[in-house]
Amino acid sequence: MGIVTPGFFGKRREADPHLPPGQYETKDFPVLSAGPTPNIHPGEWSFSITNESGDVKRWSWDEFQALPIEDVDTDIHCVTRWSKFDTKWRGVSLDTLFAEVETDAPFTMAHSYGGYTTNVPLEDLLDGKAWVAFEFDGEPLDPEHGGPARLLVPHLYFWKSAKWVNGLTMHETDELGFWEVNGYHAYGDPWKEQRYYYDS
Amino acid sequence: MTWRVADVVAVHEETPTARTLMLRIPGWQGALAGQHIDIRLTAPDGYQAARSYSLSSAAGAEFAAVSVELMPDGEVSPYLVRGVSAGDQLEVLGPLGGWFVWKPTQPEPIRLIGGGSGIAPLVSILRTHAEAGSTVPAHLLYSVRSPDFVYFRDELDALAAAANAKVTIQYTRHAPQGWTGTVGRLDGARVTSWAAETAPADGGAISTYICGPTRFVELAADTLVAAGADPMSVRTERFGGA
Repeated sequence: MGIVTPGFFGKRREADPHLPPGQYETKDFPVLSAGPTPNIHPGEWSFSITNESGDVKRWSWDEFQALPIEDVDTDIHCVTRWSKFDTKWRGVSLDTLFAEVETDAPFTMAHSYGGYTTNVPLEDLLDGKAWVAFEFDGEPLDPEHGGPARLLVPHLYFWKSAKWVNGLTMHETDELGFWEVNGYHAYGDPWKEQRYYYDS
Repeated sequence: MTWRVADVVAVHEETPTARTLMLRIPGWQGALAGQHIDIRLTAPDGYQAARSYSLSSAAGAEFAAVSVELMPDGEVSPYLVRGVSAGDQLEVLGPLGGWFVWKPTQPEPIRLIGGGSGIAPLVSILRTHAEAGSTVPAHLLYSVRSPDFVYFRDELDALAAAANAKVTIQYTRHAPQGWTGTVGRLDGARVTSWAAETAPADGGAISTYICGPTRFVELAADTLVAAGADPMSVRTERFGGA
């Protein structure tokens, strides 16, 4: 506990077990992006996984929509300290996608339209922990929030859930993505408060 | 880097709803223009709340300055805008952020577009630009409700008088007496014409920094990209939901 701030009492009095340390709950859905919002039509969208040998498995929007689609109800936690509870998404599990990919590489880099990247270990994308999501709250995902499709890795800080995602590349070593090069943590576990590069 | 106890050395009322806090942070070695700090408050029972605030001070300033807008339903800003006094202490973490930053070594001209309290990191950039004696042209377009709500008024006037910096204010509701410009919400046409006026004559590279409410930033950034700006040359910081 830090120094007490005289006269400050705060709003929340009950500890909320859904709220990671240093977070507050919001009902809004704030938008945080490094640059302009790319405008990607589903007809020009595709998603690919490139393995360590350079083999590419690619899905068009229509092929993607023909895959099994899951409903996801989850809390999300942004590194800028807001959390949003019970958000409702629809998307394709990364387990479904990786079932069609041969890889032994332990690390992935997610790539987005616009050139952004973020690194995620493969094990954090498998076993029901991650999706490529294209609906939020029953509606097609807004471009500001990453539409037509974004990665959804809700157990990590939300910048790992790359907006406008268009593919993953597989890597033998853990390289840093865009936000990670720019001061954010390589892994980003909200429950360990791994916000910035120097957090353990 | 860990939380440090900062002394509030001065407070300055920017507008009826915003205030600048000058902080003495032990071991502070400056920041990059455009970076932010986190400020943490602790209640007597140990409950804590932290929020991020852009620095408005120049990169090399001795005191870190944040300029905080009162969010009526907020948890931290009411305390910072209405509660805190010079001599109080706050916990801070930072400086933070490596993308929405400007370095005096950047050779290209810069464009800055701010909406409301989004002016804060842009003023940090302009101050840093002035203190470094940078010769690259810097243009600021500042959208603000009315004259009473202009942050850094005197300083913006002084910065605008510099040869290589230009400040354009867009009043969205009320303009000062004698104002000859337009009054109204910033729209695509206005951004496009300002972008054309501020484009380098040689057609060379330019970097743009946009900070403000989400809808404002979306409009400004989309307009610039539609007018041909390279999306990777446009850095944004948004606040609020969409």
